[in-house]
Amino acid sequence: MKGHLKTLLWYVSKRVPEDLPRLNKIVDSIEQAVLKSGLQDGMTISFHHHLRNGDMVLNMVMDVIANLGLKDLTIASSSLTGAHTPLIKHIEKGVVRRLICSGIRGELAEAVSHGVLDTPVLFHSHGGRARMIEAGELQIDVAFLAVPSCDVYGNANGYTGPSACGSLGYAKVDAVHAAKVVLITDNLVEYPNTPFSIHQDHVDLIVPVDQIGDPQGISAGALRMTRNPRDILIAQYASHVIEHSGYMEDGFSIQTGSGSISLAVTQFLRDVMLRKNFTASFALGGVTGNIVTLHEEGLIKRILDVQSFDQEAIRSIAENRYHTEIDASYYANPHNKGCATNKINVVVLSAMEIDTNFNVNVLTGSDGVIRGASGGHSDTAIGSGISIVVAPLIRGRTATVVESVDTIITPGETVDVLVTDHGVAVNPKRRDIYDRLKTKHLPLYSIEQLKQKAEKVTGVPEPVQFEDKIVGVVEYRDGTIIDVVYQVKD
Amino acid sequence: MKLRRTMLYVPGNNPNMVKDAHIYRSDSVMFDLEDSVSVREKDSARLLIFHALRCIDYETTETVVRINGLDTPFGRDDVEAMVRARPDIIRLPKTEKPEDIQKIDQRLTEVEGQAGVEIGSIKLFAAIESARGVVNAYRIATSSERLVGIAFGAEDFVTNMHTSRSKPGTELFTARQEILLAARAAGLHAVDTVFADVSDDEGFREEVELIKNMGFDGKSVINPRQVGIVHSIYMPSVVEIKTARRIIRAIERAEQEGSGVVAVNGKMIDKPVVDRARHTLDLAQASGIYLDEIEEEEING
Repeated sequence: MKGHLKTLLWYVSKRVPEDLPRLNKIVDSIEQAVLKSGLQDGMTISFHHHLRNGDMVLNMVMDVIANLGLKDLTIASSSLTGAHTPLIKHIEKGVVRRLICSGIRGELAEAVSHGVLDTPVLFHSHGGRARMIEAGELQIDVAFLAVPSCDVYGNANGYTGPSACGSLGYAKVDAVHAAKVVLITDNLVEYPNTPFSIHQDHVDLIVPVDQIGDPQGISAGALRMTRNPRDILIAQYASHVIEHSGYMEDGFSIQTGSGSISLAVTQFLRDVMLRKNFTASFALGGVTGNIVTLHEEGLIKRILDVQSFDQEAIRSIAENRYHTEIDASYYANPHNKGCATNKINVVVLSAMEIDTNFNVNVLTGSDGVIRGASGGHSDTAIGSGISIVVAPLIRGRTATVVESVDTIITPGETVDVLVTDHGVAVNPKRRDIYDRLKTKHLPLYSIEQLKQKAEKVTGVPEPVQFEDKIVGVVEYRDGTIIDVVYQVKD
Repeated sequence: MKLRRTMLYVPGNNPNMVKDAHIYRSDSVMFDLEDSVSVREKDSARLLIFHALRCIDYETTETVVRINGLDTPFGRDDVEAMVRARPDIIRLPKTEKPEDIQKIDQRLTEVEGQAGVEIGSIKLFAAIESARGVVNAYRIATSSERLVGIAFGAEDFVTNMHTSRSKPGTELFTARQEILLAARAAGLHAVDTVFADVSDDEGFREEVELIKNMGFDGKSVINPRQVGIVHSIYMPSVVEIKTARRIIRAIERAEQEGSGVVAVNGKMIDKPVVDRARHTLDLAQASGIYLDEIEEEEING
């Protein structure tokens, strides 16, 4: 008997956290949350970027952590934006040793490109991040998750409250897998906060604060249809390509981004759908107001939303029964049992640079400095039936089509068509698409011809000069390292 | 025959627009050295357009340069530079009398000679923008072998006429008719004036319908977004295309068989009908209509 009891007690002590029952998860301050979370030097903490440029939480938490004297932390944020410039000082003081993220913008990106970190940044795709978390490659010790609404027990969603951001798709993965989960909210609501995106059974601590984000930076207002004739021209070509690609039929599915060309493509596809009496079964991805409009018109039956870009998308995810929030793993993890990017017929993508092998760079600019993000680019390019990159052939005085991209984010073998204002190039691997398009009055060229057209105007620039130090490594969605980013020379 | 449905204005001092003005597929692009360029920028715009024409492949788009008048301090230098840059056409603004054209014709011949450019290779477009110009329209239209068309410029014209532009355009009616008559009598193209309110697509559409029905070959446009609208209005209908094809086929058959008289659907076919049919098919081709699909439809009934 005695032996049995001992075994049982041992078993219980292993299974049940010692501080149960935890009826009250609320703590007064971020400092208390950090202390209670057990955070120590060298650990990994995570954040999400649903509050985009309006995010206040990452800086808030890092200031507290720095004051507590913690060192050598790894920050795994789903992405880093222009709001995160203060991280530079934490890096310089040794509070932060490493970054793992989809991309970096603004002054922090400049600093990283100039070698502020000794350890290279690990750049991943959205699907890749979910994969590495689920595979245990990225172990999050404490997740600090900003939530626009939350009850006292940790049921949280993103579409109510003054800092509403819509979907919490990236945060959902962290909430499930992090060892400790701290929610930070400016909108504590009555229990139970249904419907919820983050579940109470995953949440350890809750910190109410005055404000988690600046609504101006969180989401764009109404993204209006561009009047830029160049963008409209590219969008017209792209919608023409989609219409005749063989991938647009009744019940097709689509992902378009939030760039002005993408928005215009959606608008032109609406015309095609009305003309042909087609509806789309679903739209995926980063969701914008014009996708919502098509949904509410009955042209797109369902929306799967990992990230909501504007006010309309945020309203819709709260109101529309078939506008469904999905997490990053469901969205794009290549190693789960089935991700949504695999079910996409058509995706429209952007590019900073694309080379004659169709490799795409969305991370580093023409000066070699980091200024973008991997995002879902490589996830959707390979998952979709047809991946279409839209970009002006020349930006300012630099060519978009180059001999070899500076940083490969999406391998060319997964990119099917390039649409520019000067013409359209189909990847030679997709002869089937070329054959369908060749009689459709599109200005079809080889990608080498497009490069020559650009170079005739821009000339061939001197290659960017780099130091030997590696400041970033690019991980493909399956975990393979496919490229590195070097420190730029001043 | 060359189509001139759209002549797209491109300010001569805007490199970003100059570098790829042809991508919007207007039939012609017109680089402007005149009114859209301030006096301080006349030199730099002239140089920019010179180098653009020398370096950039505008493909099949016709290139036109609107120079400053020869009575201004810039006109002569414009001609010097442009002959060497070799656009397809030079457009002379504010043409009032045949002598204006004859002067520039003569000057072009001189510079072509000096520059080793084939004499007469650079064509002319005369823009008529005043009451005097309208009254002299036919004499202007017949004043030079280099002339390929007349453009109407209504902004200066209405000022000259002590009026302003209205939506129905009644104040322009006579001038448009005069210019059309002169152009047709001289065998030239006639291109209508710009429509300035780029946000008013509906008003623009109505005006293009009007000038197309009057008989203009096309319109000067100031925004690339207007190009598609003009082309869609000039696009022939499927019925028109089918009729045109029947006419051309009947003519080809008649030529093969050596028979003189041709009739389609009981109607006699003469030269103007054939010319019109050819023009319809040119327009269809340029509009991107799938002629093959229409043919298939015809064959399959």
